[in-house]
Amino acid sequence: MKPRTKFLISGALVLGLAGFLMKSAISQTGQFYLTPTELAAKMQADPSFSNAGIKVGARVVPGSIKRDPSGKEYAFQVTDGAKSFPVIYRGIAPDTFTDSVDVVVGGRMGTDGTFRANELLAKCASRYENAPVDKYKQTAGYKAAAGRA
Amino acid sequence: MILIGELSLWVALLMAAWSTTVSYAGGAMRRSDLTASGVRGLYATFAMVVLAAVGLWTALLSRDFSLEYVASHISATMPSVYIFTAFWSGQAGSLLFWALILSMYGTIAIATSRKRNAELVPWATGTISAILLFFIATNCFKANPFTRLDFLPPDGRGMNPQLQNFGMAVHPPNLYLGYVATAIPFAFAIAALFTRRLDAEWLGSVRRWALLSWFFLTIGIVLGMWWAYVELGWSGYWAWDPVENSSFLPWLTTTAFLHSIMIQEKRGMLRKWNVVLVVMSFLLSIFGTFITRSGVIESVHSFAQSPVGNWFATFFFLSTGITVYLVGTRLKDLEAKAELESMVSREAAFLYNNLLLIGIAFAVFWGTIFPIISEWANGTKITVGPPFFNAVNVPLGLLLLGLTGVGPLIAWRKASVSNLKRQFATPAIVGLIVAVVLFALGMHSLAPLMTYGLCGFVAATIGQEFTKGVRARRAIHHESVITGFFHLVARNRRRYGGYIVHAGIVMLFAAFAGMAFRTQHDVTLATGQSFEARDPYGHQWKFVSQGVSTSSPRDRLVEAVGLETFRDGKRLGFITSEKRQYLDTQGNPLFGKITEVGIRSTAKLDTYVVLAGVRNTDVAELTISFNPLVVWVWIGGFLMMIGGLVVMWPQAEKRRPQAGYAAVMPTQAERAELAGAV
Repeated sequence: MKPRTKFLISGALVLGLAGFLMKSAISQTGQFYLTPTELAAKMQADPSFSNAGIKVGARVVPGSIKRDPSGKEYAFQVTDGAKSFPVIYRGIAPDTFTDSVDVVVGGRMGTDGTFRANELLAKCASRYENAPVDKYKQTAGYKAAAGRA
Repeated sequence: MILIGELSLWVALLMAAWSTTVSYAGGAMRRSDLTASGVRGLYATFAMVVLAAVGLWTALLSRDFSLEYVASHISATMPSVYIFTAFWSGQAGSLLFWALILSMYGTIAIATSRKRNAELVPWATGTISAILLFFIATNCFKANPFTRLDFLPPDGRGMNPQLQNFGMAVHPPNLYLGYVATAIPFAFAIAALFTRRLDAEWLGSVRRWALLSWFFLTIGIVLGMWWAYVELGWSGYWAWDPVENSSFLPWLTTTAFLHSIMIQEKRGMLRKWNVVLVVMSFLLSIFGTFITRSGVIESVHSFAQSPVGNWFATFFFLSTGITVYLVGTRLKDLEAKAELESMVSREAAFLYNNLLLIGIAFAVFWGTIFPIISEWANGTKITVGPPFFNAVNVPLGLLLLGLTGVGPLIAWRKASVSNLKRQFATPAIVGLIVAVVLFALGMHSLAPLMTYGLCGFVAATIGQEFTKGVRARRAIHHESVITGFFHLVARNRRRYGGYIVHAGIVMLFAAFAGMAFRTQHDVTLATGQSFEARDPYGHQWKFVSQGVSTSSPRDRLVEAVGLETFRDGKRLGFITSEKRQYLDTQGNPLFGKITEVGIRSTAKLDTYVVLAGVRNTDVAELTISFNPLVVWVWIGGFLMMIGGLVVMWPQAEKRRPQAGYAAVMPTQAERAELAGAV
């Protein structure tokens, strides 16, 4: 066999290995990423869906965050405008987790309609890029300055 | 000056359009007057972009809040250094920064290769100008940094305090310098494809730029990791986030190219492949900018969604289409000039190196875009996280690490058994000993054991090369070990610089494997309470809370907790972690609260303390983690940077042939050096 052929075969084996690893990793660790509306539809179609680990991207309902006295548990509501549901998260929340931020929660939807999260990512548009300047007009500082002028 | 800057941006747009048109026309019609005009157009574009950049910097430094960009990125009280770096902290500014670097690179590349590669110049100039045209047009029409507000705010919104950090000030420009440098090899590859001059000459112009790109990408990525680790408080430095991945992808393809180019130089093989790698590096840089800027993929780095995404997507698909067409129609000109002779040869080792790098790149790419793919295919988004990337990349990465030791030492064409024995017997034994010793010390999981074994093997091959080289110099030139070492590196920068980079890679792998032993504890401590835990090395740690203090320096409110720390009963001092709330000049909170991490760092272990929250004014909620070997990520990264510099440094003087050189028979030591070099 020519070395070139040998290389092509072994190369295909290496790539096959990579492909296999990728496929099995996706089926074992891939997670659905849903909006609350999509999740509600899934749950209705198939109640056993509550066994699957999923991620949900939604917005925290302002004023709904309640912190357990132990400090390690948070209860809050998330919504996408159409559907909303309660979430219980155990763990330490990131700095950016406040009212009405966009969050990604990872965990399972209980049959009682409460989402139990073991992962909480909070992101807000103002984290790396600032809020648009229009919002600035609503701040007390701007109003005070405008009033003086 | 601001007005001049704004106008210059529009003139730059016209100049880039002019240069693109006449350069391509000059190339197609073989008219040198048109080409010369195109080149001057590129230089003029550079000058205009510089003026635009000076305009934006002037606006920032004079704190002209009538500009939206200035008002939304800085505040009056910010330190000047961060006002300067605010240039690239937003979308419009980073596009302008990109254009600035590209026009600078383009000017240098064309000016230095005008004589050498006269045939390629019109096409390369045209391509660089076309890319510039795209960036400047996006800048002018979609994200203009000179847009004015219809009112004058008294102060700006300021910069997120997490970004006011040395790492974050220099991380983005380094990444940009790296990303943009991929455009120059791309332009020359396109020129070579157009003109069908696909011999080694275009590669000569390209290698240095690829190296420069690799160098800046490496610095950018490592600084990004460092920033995430010290600033964000999640006790890690890499999360396989789409934005991180998109900087890693061009790094992988550029690394592959820097290896495969050696095969083309030495043996005339892999000619198609090299063109493909150059093109891929550039397209992945554009892809990276696209996914960072468009928000199509969920990322923690949530930049504002913007219409720039569509422009980038169009540009990406257009460039891909053109290159695929060009490569497809020129396959015949790219036939290899030699065949692979043996599976046990340096060529084969480099081929596998490329295969693995591209395999990793593909896995990372696939994992990054999988949410989009799955939504197309099934209608539901499926995301993959770190488990996916680790499952695929750990085995491939380990194979690659092994090759790092094999590739540089195995013989060209076909390695003999004696070559293999001479080069690899000692390193293989060293690697084995490392693995056995660690196993005996109680490390029983497979992946870390293999990693450290391979690290030992590769480190030994590198050590062996340096020892051989220095010994030969000592014998021939009677130099001391230290002078010998420096001369050795200086006389053969590419080879020994490469080894230095590889040594850095070994450290990185060792550090990555160390994180497998990381432990984390969530702790609640009131004043005077203590917490004890064992670190991964078996030492007993004790942390005693000194209570929570509150203070309000200048522009922030600070809650701080101090922990008196003991290891095995010996007092080590205090570790402090803070929660900060920054305030604007009117005393309103700016952004959310941020964490100031307390880190105690040694060569073996980082003790990482995060104040997660405070209850009842003196109860601190803490996350304490033991992160082994993290320091080696930064040291390894630094070493890679040094190695890159050594490789890039221009050779000061060509070695003059010694008089009567041919008549002198090589001594035994010289023969050894020669044998080592083969």
